Amino acid sequence: MVERNTGTRILAHAIMILGTLVVAFPIYLALVASTQTPQDFRQAPVPLWPGSNLWASYSAALTGGTSNLPVARMIWVSFVSTMVITFGKISISLLSAFAVVYFRFPLRKLCFWAIFITLMLPVEVRIGPTYQVVADLGLINTYAGLSVPLIASATATFLFRQFFLTVPDELVEAARVDGAGPMRFFKDILVPLSRTSIAALFVIQFIYGWNQYLWPLIAATSQDMYPIGVGLKQILGTGDAAPEWNVVMATAVLAMLPPAFVVVLMQKWFVKGLVDTEK
Amino acid sequence: MEKRVIFRSTWLPWVLLTPQLLIVAVFFFWPAGQALVQSLQQQDAFGSSVTWVGLDNFKALWNDSTYLASFQTTVVFSTLVTVLGLSCALMLAVFADRIVKGAMVYKTILILPYAVAPVVSGLLWAFMFSTSIGVIPWALRHVGFEWNHLLNSEHAMALVVMAAVWKQISYNFLFFLAGLNSIPKALIEAAAMDGAHPWRRFWTIQLPLLAPTTFFLFVINMVYAFFDTFAIVDSTTQGGPGKATSTLVYRVYFDGFRAMDYGGSAAQSVVLMAIVIALTVIQFRYVEKKVHY
Repeated sequence: MVERNTGTRILAHAIMILGTLVVAFPIYLALVASTQTPQDFRQAPVPLWPGSNLWASYSAALTGGTSNLPVARMIWVSFVSTMVITFGKISISLLSAFAVVYFRFPLRKLCFWAIFITLMLPVEVRIGPTYQVVADLGLINTYAGLSVPLIASATATFLFRQFFLTVPDELVEAARVDGAGPMRFFKDILVPLSRTSIAALFVIQFIYGWNQYLWPLIAATSQDMYPIGVGLKQILGTGDAAPEWNVVMATAVLAMLPPAFVVVLMQKWFVKGLVDTEK
Repeated sequence: MEKRVIFRSTWLPWVLLTPQLLIVAVFFFWPAGQALVQSLQQQDAFGSSVTWVGLDNFKALWNDSTYLASFQTTVVFSTLVTVLGLSCALMLAVFADRIVKGAMVYKTILILPYAVAPVVSGLLWAFMFSTSIGVIPWALRHVGFEWNHLLNSEHAMALVVMAAVWKQISYNFLFFLAGLNSIPKALIEAAAMDGAHPWRRFWTIQLPLLAPTTFFLFVINMVYAFFDTFAIVDSTTQGGPGKATSTLVYRVYFDGFRAMDYGGSAAQSVVLMAIVIALTVIQFRYVEKKVHY
């Protein structure tokens, strides 16, 4: 038996408490800062306890208040492009993984590699040329321009391929005996079986889409197409004037809420998906 | 691995693949090809004339001491982020693994940074360390330490590293925890019966058995630090002071979109792509090995 003495247990809890406090502190500070009045930020240190200005800070952020950059609109832009990325990626990946796993056709290996080479080449490294392509297609400041280039990656295809390979062959045989064609098999057997992987990918892609920054920074040039990350930076300003910290932090909290909500709510699937995708 | 039982159709797989192949072709291969072509060209300031310059853009990069400096910056930054991120996460995971009651609460808090956008993460840390109103510089001043990441390049680097490590700690923690969970309990118990203390067990059993996870996380963290930290740099130091925290990805953006040097930026993209491909090959090799044992 592994020893279970109180000493080591207290030590373990002490380290975990310390660790979680350090990790949670920046988030706590943002929450606190968003409840202060602008006057509270005149001198160091920033108050460490919640203030009374919560309502005013958040309504100023959401409606655009003094900065003329309404966060409500940014949340909408972020939400739409995130949904396009998430569902777009999941659907095209299901289809292509089905094709490479369940069919034999000429150039299959080539298609496979053409998709898989995108696996680790993020949009950041080919940012300039991608911008020119999107500009040539007239997609600057559109939802398609904000989302479709980010769909061009194979993470989801890779996960579905791995999962399909573990599906027993007997299921295909049974389906064939019953006279079901490939699409019938796909729709009635394979997709329902992939529910857990789909849920896991939903979480990962939602966070990926919501947290985009560099791509929207160049693909959205007009204010009403700023997603929340880019908008946040605009509200913060360029450093000439002191920013309204309570509004900035209220925006930051609003930007953190949806992905945090998704991660905590779908924790089980998310952890499974994360650990499985990267294998 | 291949399927034994398959469907037969000559056209259906192509229909299924079309959406993905189309998107990959238009938004991946086309831009990547463009980057290759542009890296061999030079455009004048108005974009009206283009000339072929061969490898001049690459030579210019090679001779640009600030570019080599950002290479060095990136390597220092990535190493710090990887080493610090992995060791903090490993320590937390080892202790979390020992805890039965309340583990869920710790875990839920520790995975939160994963949900935070890099730009927000950078902003939170910049706020905490703000030289005028930040809590930490204020506290440091009381113990006689003057923090100023706007002037001191080491402070700036420390700030960017902290924000980047914080953001990545959830990911590392989850993988280490999963790795620790997969170590058979019997091994630990046998060692405990032989009188090995927790410290000894960690070094002789847990750490060696975590080697595959550690190696995997090492590659992932390097890639993360190289490419996914643009938003953190942009929202904390914007590459400054001077070019002290200007990493390679930051340079690609800055030279291409602020300084409007398309050829130079494209050449930088090509260099970055080569680095990623090298890292990918290393990782694939490793993945293959892992599948076989």
